[in-house]
Amino acid sequence: MIELEGLTKRYGEKVAVNNLTFTVRPGIVTGFLGPNGAGKSTTMRMMLGLDRPTAGDVRIDGRHYDRLKDPLKYIGALLDAKAVHGGRSAFNHLLCLAQSNGIPRQRVHEVLDTVGLSSVAGKKAKGFSLGMGQRLGIAGALLGDPRILMFDEPVNGLDPEGIHWIRTLMRTLAAQGRTVFVSSHLMSEMALTADHLVVIGQGRLLADTSMADFIAHNSRAYVRIRSPQRERLLDVLHGAGITVVESGGATLEVDGTEAERIGELAARHQLVLHELSPQRASLEEAFMRLTAESVEYHAHSDAPAPPQQWGDGWKKD
Amino acid sequence: MAAAQVIRSEWTKIRSVASTVWTLSLAVVVTLVLGMLISALSANEFDRMGARDRIAFDPTFVSFAGMSLGQLAMIVFGVLVVSNEYSTGMIRTSLAAVPQRGGFLAGKIGVATALALVVGLATGFAAFFLGQAVLGEYKASLGDEGVLRAVIGGGLYMTLIAVFSMGVATMLRSPMLSLGILMPFFFLISNILGNVDATKKIGRFLPDQAGSRIMQVVPPLDDDTPYGPWGGLGIMVLWVVAALAGGYLLLKKRDA
Repeated sequence: MIELEGLTKRYGEKVAVNNLTFTVRPGIVTGFLGPNGAGKSTTMRMMLGLDRPTAGDVRIDGRHYDRLKDPLKYIGALLDAKAVHGGRSAFNHLLCLAQSNGIPRQRVHEVLDTVGLSSVAGKKAKGFSLGMGQRLGIAGALLGDPRILMFDEPVNGLDPEGIHWIRTLMRTLAAQGRTVFVSSHLMSEMALTADHLVVIGQGRLLADTSMADFIAHNSRAYVRIRSPQRERLLDVLHGAGITVVESGGATLEVDGTEAERIGELAARHQLVLHELSPQRASLEEAFMRLTAESVEYHAHSDAPAPPQQWGDGWKKD
Repeated sequence: MAAAQVIRSEWTKIRSVASTVWTLSLAVVVTLVLGMLISALSANEFDRMGARDRIAFDPTFVSFAGMSLGQLAMIVFGVLVVSNEYSTGMIRTSLAAVPQRGGFLAGKIGVATALALVVGLATGFAAFFLGQAVLGEYKASLGDEGVLRAVIGGGLYMTLIAVFSMGVATMLRSPMLSLGILMPFFFLISNILGNVDATKKIGRFLPDQAGSRIMQVVPPLDDDTPYGPWGGLGIMVLWVVAALAGGYLLLKKRDA
């Protein structure tokens, strides 16, 4: 379990992480989502005690990171797959990490096997492809057989096979009861792996919700209408108190799922419809809308408002 | 035991990169070869020297002449041991594994210092014996007064130069910046400051100027250095302690 309490990081005037409070729970994959530059990596570095918070607190199983004895046995992290000495072999890279935490040498062979790098264990890391580097980083995270795992953008630059492998691995780890925390800037990626979502934008918490709730509340439902009698149709809908979003050309959109009612209205006024179709916005759109709001908000207002303002309805905790 | 774990880990790190082998070998080879060369030249020149120069002739010190260049390789060793972590980004992985930064730094520098000490002492003795072999009839012997101290001191000097570089590299992080400052400083600037009359009084308190005093067995005739061999080494140790303390404080306080 990872607990964040009012976590804040400022670099001079710039606020990178702003008063984040949330908990990452065991047994599920928690997706950490936000556009590039939202503060995801900074938050993760603070979780590992690499960067010092300006304010607030992070606890790993109730303790500060630097109070953990042999931390790799509690929490394994992949921050940057390129953060290895290229002149060192994969085996020696993992061995020096293992030794620093009193992990037996045999375990290095095991994790190399798990990630499928046994055959190149003696090769220097600088010759590794991006995918192999990512696997080496994951091997390092798995070394101490930790209860908590953290991956920063693990699928970046991977081929489909590698992406599938990482997804399966994360699901397996969570199914074993471990805490899995994975960041991404792609909603579509999260939709396939995460059970729970923490969304941030501009360093602020925008959502802390289950994936199912997020989908239910954020993927906007609307009805798309096309009609050659556009102007009349607009009047009719307006008269019935239905708000219409004009989305260019002959297409109209109406929020909600009132396709039946609209169809009946059109029939009663003898209007021709070329299309009447219920639609659901993609999660990617929902995510863009959510984070765009945070950007827009910051552009127009000086006084910070509590981040809970957006989506109090679907926030569970 | 946590300290033992860090030491084992740092030993794996240092022995598993090529730069360790080539910097240390270069330090040994350059010190020995240049020392022998200058010893040979001095043996050749001795007959043509003036009386004063003959009295001040220091065969032990002459055999260490190669250290002026050999120390540069020790500087590279010291800088790379530390700054490799930063230039590769490995530092984040390392500090996530060992979040106690003081313990991490102590382990890293302890291991590298021990290795530098072994290589330094071996080089000191080798440079002495090879140099004396070349000097022939003008040679000093290990049993002469102050010679053993100078030979061991030579090893300590090389070690301390490396440790000083580790401290500076911990503060500066970048290998290029660290080398760009340390190399010209020890190769040129310190020598100039230590030998030009106007700056001599300050220059001789610089780490290498003070530290190298321990390798002298026969002091120069008009020697007015305000410290002895061990005093000089003590001054160098103070520089090293200051560099390490600066490195520790910055490592402790900075985001990794």
